[in-house]
Amino acid sequence: MGRIAKLTTNPVVIALVAGLAVAGCANKKTPNSAADLGLGAGAATPGSAQDFTVNVGDRIFFDTDSSSIRADAQSTLSRQAQWLNKYRQYAIVVEGHADERGTREYNLALGARRAAATRDYLISQGVAANRLKTISYGKERPVAVCDDISCWSQNRRAVTTLGGAAGS
Amino acid sequence: MKQLLRSILITLPLAAGLAAVATLPARALVEIDVNKGVVEPLPIAITDFLAGDGIGAEISSIVAADLQRSGLFAPIDKSAFIEKVSNPDAAPRFEDWKVINAQALVTGRVSQEADGRLRAEFRLWDTFAGQQLIGEQFFSSKANMRRVAHIIADAIYERLTGEKGYFDTRVVFIDESGSKNARKKRLAIMDQDGANVRYLSDGRAIAMTPRFSPTRQEITYMSYESGQPRVYLLQIETGQRELVGNFPGMTFAPRFSPDGQKVIMSLLRDDGNSNIYAMDLRSRATTRLTNSNAIDTSPSYSPDGTKIVFTSDRGGQPQIYVMNADGSGQSRVSFGGGSYSTPVWSPRGDLIAFTKQSGGEFQIGVMRTDGSGERILSSGFQQEGPTWAPNGRYLMYFKEGAGSGGPRLYSIDLTGRNEQQIPTANFGSDPAWSPLLE
Repeated sequence: MGRIAKLTTNPVVIALVAGLAVAGCANKKTPNSAADLGLGAGAATPGSAQDFTVNVGDRIFFDTDSSSIRADAQSTLSRQAQWLNKYRQYAIVVEGHADERGTREYNLALGARRAAATRDYLISQGVAANRLKTISYGKERPVAVCDDISCWSQNRRAVTTLGGAAGS
Repeated sequence: MKQLLRSILITLPLAAGLAAVATLPARALVEIDVNKGVVEPLPIAITDFLAGDGIGAEISSIVAADLQRSGLFAPIDKSAFIEKVSNPDAAPRFEDWKVINAQALVTGRVSQEADGRLRAEFRLWDTFAGQQLIGEQFFSSKANMRRVAHIIADAIYERLTGEKGYFDTRVVFIDESGSKNARKKRLAIMDQDGANVRYLSDGRAIAMTPRFSPTRQEITYMSYESGQPRVYLLQIETGQRELVGNFPGMTFAPRFSPDGQKVIMSLLRDDGNSNIYAMDLRSRATTRLTNSNAIDTSPSYSPDGTKIVFTSDRGGQPQIYVMNADGSGQSRVSFGGGSYSTPVWSPRGDLIAFTKQSGGEFQIGVMRTDGSGERILSSGFQQEGPTWAPNGRYLMYFKEGAGSGGPRLYSIDLTGRNEQQIPTANFGSDPAWSPLLE
């Protein structure tokens, strides 16, 4: 305890930790754990990309062939919006994805529609439109790779990713 | 290709009796009626071309493989041959070929010219009529000999079926390697039989949906190389690339017009829907053709350029629609149970090929241009993206079995028989057939 207290009261170390967190975001990587940053075990640094992913939830899921924001997704997006409105230094890219049960071009369009629906929901919750961009990956980048519905439902998703500085 | 010279063989001094036969009105000529429901493959003997080295046997094996894969020919095992052809300028002993039921016979020779080029000659014989049907010769470099073999196979196919061949063609496709969640997708081109693979992109960015220009050695495709997915043009021979248009959002699903002067594609709107636009490649003028609050994509022109078939989910799920080339007269044509996408208009103009999803399966099928006469050619776990051979008799598409790890390229004929895998080193998807090469 004494060691942590000493570290966190050292302004040089605090500056270093903040620097690491920002660099990590720019690379779309999150620090492995708070321990890596010398903070000891426990919560991610508030305001870090890891904090967003772990404590807020960076993704929502969709029904087959749908780009409607489900009720469970609405609560995730509301939490995202709260967090994003608190930490305004981040630019945001919303990635839209589809499962493999569709043809390639249609799924690109479907991923784009999911990303736009997600973006619009975040805007409705007060996130500034000029911080938000979208991109569709169609069915090209699944996260789950089995050949049944347990994977397909994870792949029908929109992922809110923290990019570089807002406005860039 | 300029370096390939083709000429008709003059009727060389053949057996006297044969010359007389050749003056008779053609009768009992061997031919294949490709419009019959079930075609019995025609037995054909393809002898090794005479040559100083192995190239004679190589050419004849390429010709035999092409004809066999078409499903219309049954090359006869060489071990059954009785006559050993030693002079391809002389008439063969027709009796020796008739007795093994070879209805057609191919003979040939490869020789070296003084200037270093190779000369390849072939003759196609009707063994039952006892006459020569074709005689042609080609002058080209050794490196071009595979092409010469495909041209010979096309000539035989054309003479015996009465329709254009498709063997002297190439296929542009996406070479897929690596794990499914981080797959590397490279633009690649090969001969239609899987030979001579060449990569056209390095795989650092995802590339997809390449399509051939009907008039030039040029393709259009979509790539993530600039970050946002966008449509590009690529000159195959020079490697020169350019962005098609300068639009704020994603552009995708490109395809050329039949005259090669336009690219038609989807543009993403800010509201998340996609509409179809045509861009004139010379003037860069862009015309919006659809304006629905839905996904409109995968446009494909009719061969006369007057109509466009496309996919739209304006009715709730993906279905096939046809409109006039100016965007007027949009109407739905697919009404079978299930969803339909990736429509492609046949080069003959009479059919539309599509991907259908029904009952948890993916299917490749064709329908008439008004949506009637639907026929499913192939069904399975996952298959999509048909492309037409330039003669309109064959389709190629990509197909993946459950648990197979990735897709492979397949071809099938319009009767739904004769499904064949195209050999590729890695997984393959998004095939697009070239027109017959010039």
